[in-house]
Amino acid sequence: MWARSQCIALLLLCALPALAVEPTEMLKDPALEARARQIGQALRCVVCQNQSIDDSQAEVAHDMRRAVRERLQAGDSDDQVFAYMVARYGDYVLLKPPFKARTLVLWLGAPALLLIAGVALLFAARRRRTATVAPPPLNEEERVRLSVILGDQWDFHPERSEGACGKQERSLGLRPRDDS
Amino acid sequence: MIPELGHFALILALCVALVQGTLPLFGAARGDARLMALAPTAALTQAFLVILAFLALMQAYVASDFSVANVVANSHSAKPLLYKITGVWGNHEGSMLLWALILSIFGAAVAIFGAELPDSLRSRVLAIQALIGVGFLAFILFTSNPFARLAPAPPDGNGLNPLLQDPGLAFHPPLLYLGYVGFSVTYAFAIAALLEGRVDAAWARWVRPWTLAAWCFLTLGIALGSWWAYYILGWGGFWFWDPVENASLMPWLAGTALLHSAIVVEKRDALKSWTVLLAILAFSLSLLGTFLVRSGVLTSVHAFAQDPARGLYILCFLLAVTGGGLTLYALRAPGLQPGGLFQPLSREGALILNNLLLCTLAATVLLGTLYPLFLDLLTGNKVSVGPPFFNATFVPICLALFAALCVGPFLGWKRAELWPALAHLRIAFAVAVVAALVAAFAIDQSSTLAAVAFGFGVWLIVGTLAELATRLRLGRLPLRESLRRLRNTPRASIGMTISHAALGFVVLGAVATGAWHAELIRTLKPGETVSFAGYDVTLQRVDNVQGANYVAERATLAVTRGGKPFTTLLPERRLFVVQRRQVAETAIQTNLLRDFYATLGEGDANTGWTIRLYDNPLAPWIWLGAALCALGGFVSLSDRRLRIGAPTRRRTVQAAE
Repeated sequence: MWARSQCIALLLLCALPALAVEPTEMLKDPALEARARQIGQALRCVVCQNQSIDDSQAEVAHDMRRAVRERLQAGDSDDQVFAYMVARYGDYVLLKPPFKARTLVLWLGAPALLLIAGVALLFAARRRRTATVAPPPLNEEERVRLSVILGDQWDFHPERSEGACGKQERSLGLRPRDDS
Repeated sequence: MIPELGHFALILALCVALVQGTLPLFGAARGDARLMALAPTAALTQAFLVILAFLALMQAYVASDFSVANVVANSHSAKPLLYKITGVWGNHEGSMLLWALILSIFGAAVAIFGAELPDSLRSRVLAIQALIGVGFLAFILFTSNPFARLAPAPPDGNGLNPLLQDPGLAFHPPLLYLGYVGFSVTYAFAIAALLEGRVDAAWARWVRPWTLAAWCFLTLGIALGSWWAYYILGWGGFWFWDPVENASLMPWLAGTALLHSAIVVEKRDALKSWTVLLAILAFSLSLLGTFLVRSGVLTSVHAFAQDPARGLYILCFLLAVTGGGLTLYALRAPGLQPGGLFQPLSREGALILNNLLLCTLAATVLLGTLYPLFLDLLTGNKVSVGPPFFNATFVPICLALFAALCVGPFLGWKRAELWPALAHLRIAFAVAVVAALVAAFAIDQSSTLAAVAFGFGVWLIVGTLAELATRLRLGRLPLRESLRRLRNTPRASIGMTISHAALGFVVLGAVATGAWHAELIRTLKPGETVSFAGYDVTLQRVDNVQGANYVAERATLAVTRGGKPFTTLLPERRLFVVQRRQVAETAIQTNLLRDFYATLGEGDANTGWTIRLYDNPLAPWIWLGAALCALGGFVSLSDRRLRIGAPTRRRTVQAAE
């Protein structure tokens, strides 16, 4: 049973997952290998669905990992390796897309949204505050209506409110009608 | 016979949903009590019928009825019973039926627990729920019928994708869907409120428990999915910014924002129109998530076109729900009465900031997920958006959110002072800075961002506890008095404290595992020993073992520390015979502070086997933290004010007196 399934496994080797980074392809120099891993995590396996070459088990990813390590051994800097991979596979290979005209919305969309919403909120808050802090003064007609509503006991004279009336009336700008 | 019954029940359910989605709406508009009374009855009937259909499909799976095409495609007679049951929703048709099932059960729950709602509001909510149900049931019946027969019936099925034959993933979809569908209730409440033209504190009191429940389930669902990815995919990661994961993260972010803005509506009668908009968006993102995953559009834009009927239907339905909701919002929201006033620096202001940042996060994920699709569709250009993009855009906004998170609860409603709030937090700030410095200099000097993020994790925990301590006046009052205050603290506040602190644990776990894990990849022959992260690991032997529906190679790894045995790990590489697919079964030894993680790769006795070892510090905190976060939600849900039916009981007592 096991032998048979192993035969099947051999037949289907390309479809079967090997572990992503294999010991055979790793570099001897641990510092260089660490850089290769870092770079590998930022490069897309071009045949996979959203997997980095570091995670991918595809044959292409294996080749791409090898290419990265060859460039590193040849003495390339990280940027040079990225440039090399972009030259071979296009921008598509970068999991962090470059900042270009066609990725403008991608990079700036959310911050722009935050900015617009923030500014709009500030304006709304300011409008509200001015609306609440200083209500417009009453015009003549409203003053008359208010005195009618309050009856003949009170008269509304904000300009004369400094009289000898109680604290509460003063603060309201109301004072007892001076009939005498 | 039983599949036909299920099919028939589903057709009946569609008919009932059509009635439930139309007549009560007319009734509510005209004030016709009889038409409105139809809604709860129809909701219960619909739920009964969909449950029947679901049970019929489950029966076909459990009995391995291979005359049903869906069972043939996704099951096998040799599969363990658990996976026969969970296989029901491990495929497109079944998962859509699960969606419809949960939707109708939620509808029935509104009908049962909503007896206290005003008649017109309840009938409108149920009608909207039913219209969503119509969309799903029609989709199932016309494009994805799970009950289609196959003649002649094959002797056995094709089996379930081995990756899904796992307890973690078995319960991931139901939890996720409980979350997604829970937001349908909030959506229905929002649309009903727009139709009524009224949003008030009572409305918010109804919406909050549903939002909270949906949010809790979604949190658990996402955590379970992430945990599964961690232990099954075999390279120690826990979040891959995969579109499928993003699809569930977006409604979570919008739902979290909704959860917070609904508080403002309930407590202060403000932000009403915004909350309604968020409710519409949260559900729209849930639908988007479901359909991104289900339509195949993610595999490639072209896979979407391969099954035009399904893809087009999905797109139209999404447009109807989102577009319809937003149009109604545009028409009716300006008429909503603006509520209480507040200064920008206040609890309300802090919650607005929370909403702003969470929505920006959701927008970031949305853009990152959909941008490649749209760019490909519109210009043919291909870009890749992966983890480095999200680390650069998502994480900074997260940090801003975390910074503000601890301050918000200290601010009072309406107007507040910043300095007193910050003064309460000075100890938390000092502890966080020390933690960041320790991380930067003692643990790992290479990553400043990780150290800063670690500091933020500590800030979240200590800052949240500082708020609790201030609330209890811990240390200023006698301990007994503080404990009495703790008992009297509303459950909603306790829930908030738990969830906020739990977020800190998630952050710590994610940062520590992501930045400070150790890894070793090595080819070992039996008997060889390798030292790793202070442990000595010996590959003792590799055996062939026979499972229920797979064969496997199992490695025995003896792990010792300083000569003393630490543990024995048994990672496996399973070959599922029917599907001819290999799945790694990782072995994880955890002490809740770190995971010792091993996977077995390819190899044979001559060349040796590839072994991967990981030492993941604080990894368990990610999922424990997420579970704690959901627990906080459930604690908050148990608050007396939100307990469904609590006001009823009081009223009946009064009536009896």
